[in-house]
Amino acid sequence: MAENGIGARSLRKEDARFLRGSGNYVDDINRPGQAYATFVRSPHAHARIEKIDTSRAAEASGVVGVFTGDDLAADGVGGLICGWMVTDRNGENMKAPPHPALAQGKVNYVGDHVAIVIANTLAEARDAAELVEVDYGVLPANVDTDKADADGTPQIHDDIPGNMSYDWELGDAAAVDEAIESAAHVTTLEIVNNRLIPNAIEPRSAIGEYDPASDAFTLYTTSQNPHVARLVLSAFCAIAPEHKLRVVAPDVGGGFGSKIFIYAEETVCTWASKKVGCPVKWTADRSESFVSDAHGRDHVTKAELALDSDGKFTALRVSTKASMGAYLSTFASCVPTYLYGTLLAGQYTTPAIYCNVKALFTNTAPVDAYRGAGRPEATYLLERLVEVAARETGTDPAELRKKNFIPPDAFPYTTPVVLAYDSGSYEAVLDKACDIADYRGFAERREEANTRGKLRGIGFSSYIEACGIAPSAAVGSLGAGVGLWEGAQVRFNPTGSVTVFTGSHAHGQGHETTFAQVVADKLGVDFENVEVVHGDTDKGPFGMGTYGSRSIAVGGSAIISACDKLIEKGKKIAAHALEASESDIEYDGGTFSVAGTDRSMSMGEIAFAAYVPHNYPEGLEPGFEESAFYDPVNFTFPAGTQICEVEVDPDTGEVEIIKFSAVDDVGTVINPMIVEGQVHGGVTQGIGQALLENGVYDGDTGQLVSGSYNDYTMPRADDVPTYDVEMYETPCPHNPLGVKGCGEVGAIAAPPAVINAITDALSTEDIDMPATPERVWQALAQA
Amino acid sequence: MYDFTYHRASDVADAVSKVRDTGEGQFLAGGHTLIPTLKLRLAKPSDLVDLQGIANLQGISASDDGVTVKAMTTHATVAESKDVQDTIPALASLASGIGDPHVRARGTIGGSIANNDPAADYPAAVVGLGATVKTDQRDIAGDDFFTGMFETALSDGELITEVSFPKANKAAYYKFKNPASRFAIVGVFVAQTGGGVRVTVTGAAPCVFRVSEMEEALASSFSSDAIKDIKIPEDGLNSDIHAQADYRAHLVNVCARRAVDAC
Amino acid sequence: MPTVSLTVNGKVVSAEVENRTLLVQLLREKLGLTGTHVGCDTSQCGACVVHINGDAVKSCTTLALQVEGTDVTTIEGLATNGELHPMQEAFRDNHALQCGFCTPGMVMAAIDLVNKNPNPDEQTVRRELEGNLCRCTGYHNIVKAIIAGGQAMGG
Repeated sequence: MAENGIGARSLRKEDARFLRGSGNYVDDINRPGQAYATFVRSPHAHARIEKIDTSRAAEASGVVGVFTGDDLAADGVGGLICGWMVTDRNGENMKAPPHPALAQGKVNYVGDHVAIVIANTLAEARDAAELVEVDYGVLPANVDTDKADADGTPQIHDDIPGNMSYDWELGDAAAVDEAIESAAHVTTLEIVNNRLIPNAIEPRSAIGEYDPASDAFTLYTTSQNPHVARLVLSAFCAIAPEHKLRVVAPDVGGGFGSKIFIYAEETVCTWASKKVGCPVKWTADRSESFVSDAHGRDHVTKAELALDSDGKFTALRVSTKASMGAYLSTFASCVPTYLYGTLLAGQYTTPAIYCNVKALFTNTAPVDAYRGAGRPEATYLLERLVEVAARETGTDPAELRKKNFIPPDAFPYTTPVVLAYDSGSYEAVLDKACDIADYRGFAERREEANTRGKLRGIGFSSYIEACGIAPSAAVGSLGAGVGLWEGAQVRFNPTGSVTVFTGSHAHGQGHETTFAQVVADKLGVDFENVEVVHGDTDKGPFGMGTYGSRSIAVGGSAIISACDKLIEKGKKIAAHALEASESDIEYDGGTFSVAGTDRSMSMGEIAFAAYVPHNYPEGLEPGFEESAFYDPVNFTFPAGTQICEVEVDPDTGEVEIIKFSAVDDVGTVINPMIVEGQVHGGVTQGIGQALLENGVYDGDTGQLVSGSYNDYTMPRADDVPTYDVEMYETPCPHNPLGVKGCGEVGAIAAPPAVINAITDALSTEDIDMPATPERVWQALAQA
Repeated sequence: MYDFTYHRASDVADAVSKVRDTGEGQFLAGGHTLIPTLKLRLAKPSDLVDLQGIANLQGISASDDGVTVKAMTTHATVAESKDVQDTIPALASLASGIGDPHVRARGTIGGSIANNDPAADYPAAVVGLGATVKTDQRDIAGDDFFTGMFETALSDGELITEVSFPKANKAAYYKFKNPASRFAIVGVFVAQTGGGVRVTVTGAAPCVFRVSEMEEALASSFSSDAIKDIKIPEDGLNSDIHAQADYRAHLVNVCARRAVDAC
Repeated sequence: MPTVSLTVNGKVVSAEVENRTLLVQLLREKLGLTGTHVGCDTSQCGACVVHINGDAVKSCTTLALQVEGTDVTTIEGLATNGELHPMQEAFRDNHALQCGFCTPGMVMAAIDLVNKNPNPDEQTVRRELEGNLCRCTGYHNIVKAIIAGGQAMGG
């Protein structure tokens, strides 16, 4: 292994600027002459807009512009879109309501956008925003996911009866019904997957800027995928043609999915910059983030797992209601379908699976992908079912899992819910996790805890996820509006350093380091001499961005493809210079040599020859720079087992996580330090979902009750333990690095591990996430 | 924030007159409740009169009878004070658990009790120890100071200058934190003093209150067993997404027992 | 407009501010010190933590005019002659940052934490980080870094 090559715990390049306070986040950027925007937002969950009077605001001190939905419509600005068409069980397209960037006639959730006020200072903009007079005709609110399709529930959108976007299914219903009918045992669960609010610590921000000289716009935005933002703003919102719109996503302070989407604010700020003739800057305060960032999860599910008399799973039936919020966000429709139903086989050989999902509108913030996106919901219900089944049948939960695991020799393995798993070592991973968790010693620890009046429990989660999103043709056939390849450009500079342009985007993942390790390893150059550039549509090739744990598996593979092209070209140059046949040139770690001789050239010499082509192969282009686009042939399938051990204080209901052990198979590990860090962060968000976090809307008023850090419980340092994280590497067989992705592992795996541990401690299954002290106390009281 | 005019007061008289001379002026102590409130545009004072430069509102003095904490003394200063730790360790401990370290570095005892947040910690100690709140005009008995949610006996423009806490034979404070805000869902202060036992509860209701049944039980037997069966009624207790009234009622008993055990 | 004068990172500065200008706005918008971040509006996340006269405080909950005459240190003022402060080094060595947004406040809080609790143990570090939120790291490596940074600062 090279010092900073694949497998090295290289320290991060990006830390130097972050640690000095020299990061360049959107809100750190100030453009000459900029004005500041604030949005007038709906205080109501559901209301008709009877009248908007902006005249007093427009005359207020410092105001340069006040605009409403009518102004956008007059300029032909299109609404926000959902880029994935789901076809329902009757073959009909999902129902996607209009989603104007500024409301037109109606508001559908608290925080919905009514007007933009732009002024010379932020304080002036906010002062003036209070002068915008809006007459609302308040309508009854519908915020309960489980009741959203019930008779009598207020209907949000015209022409969408029952608030239902789609009623989707996957799997063989008849086979499942039959298997459940004849099962030796059926485990049934009704569970809620709680609504989460992403809460990247950097609030969203945007600066729109119009340059009349070039008739072009620049948008600085907190985006995980600037190219996609440009595409959508051009093609659908009609802000500007793509070649007249540059989107820059500089340092971005965490995303977790919430910064994938194209929001009203950046759309309107970009458009408005031309209207008012100066750059327009907007930065959310946290209160705005709570109400206006896309939320995650929010499922209500009934599920049944059938077992035969040997404890083999014979069928799984799942019925889910998934809230979409008030509108369909950018990728909302694929989350509870293709990222959820397809994962319901888990690591198991369950032969028959049927899943029905009703996607419902409620008067709440739109719901879209949040770290894990669909896969945590699938894992939570499946792993809780398995644990309950083990308890109900008197089987050890580890043994029940092993009995049903897909064995290592069964790959590739096609599940009844369409995915073709490529690789996995489920039993070995589980065994390793049991060792780390000292599962055998648990009974003794539980007894010891009992002597102190504490209840101990242990819970498993053996999860799988589909990452490396995604093969374009496959997702296209399922309704995706885009291809999900990735682009890369590798530029070998004449003096031997390398600049890598990637379509992936880093907002904490450390691409500048990981990708540099990959390139250093592949091209035999110093890690220090590799610079990774991303986040600017004017720099480098088109890219699809970062989400779904895809960066290394798809973006990294694209970089490898570009490097391979350089090496192929290098062989031609070396063959010419070394006066050998191209077929005799061998490449290894930065050196081109003639097979069987001591004649060789370094990569640097080759690059120099390419830029100074005095003695050069005839017909070969000069220069040493290659682009590549990589479209994966399959998803990748990270999997693992995480085990949580908790102690419950029966007096208060408080849960303490005593030990959290994770063994994750994310394929080849490029930088273990970074991968472990991704797992720590994901697990913490998973623990947050299990114990702390809950997006709560008031059932009567539709107000977001958990709309600040005073009420939405973010995991803090004293809520979580030090983790035991280890890897088990089963390389992915279908991408050049053998990588699977690691960003979502923890958020997917942790919630059922934690809840299974709590239900084990309490000896009751009757508890939903988040398992707050009050809920645990109530569950104990009722058990 | 709405705009306001900022003033810096040189002494107590200057502060009081500056607030009186303005339309809707307010004192600014540590600002850790007031400034967030202003940022959310939930208050619109015309003027803020900053008290931090007033030297004789700072500091702690101790005697055999107890400690006196000047109004602008920060929570961190109280928590770290050797005098407080030696004289009334429960008070130092309570102060060490208010907010987070950065809040404790700025937040003050005067600001906290003048605000009387239902979930604040200090009110439990002020009542629990039978403290006296001294203002620029008078002495107010701790028992009379907190009159309702965010309401106190202070009149407009009246400024707290110090709080005197009598020493207790034994005292302890146990807080069950709101997991999000880290304010008290329930906090119970138990003190055994020459004047008897006091059990005060913050967080559970709109305003700090005493639990006389527990006080009587502890007066005859100062042990957690003595109060373990005393249930306080749910009526009038707060309910929110973190804790309904029945849970808070239950937690009052748990926190009281733990406070007694910690005495 | 009133003027405020203070020392920031060792330099005497003064600026015109509104009465309602917060310290964090003074730092970011008037003095160009954008390393100090704003992550919430309820004084909880700690992304804005700076030192005033040596104490870690939330610059989003302090008016600019309140810091007249004080000595303020921000993340930009920690490195000396280009060399990172031992706590900054420890954060890098322990991968205690991912997106970097909470990092300035976290480092400023960590230095104050160690100054007040020399050689802290894990429990102390976790408890004293109550005022700083991180959404990326799960705190695991931050806790390690602060313990290591504390040792490097000389206990």
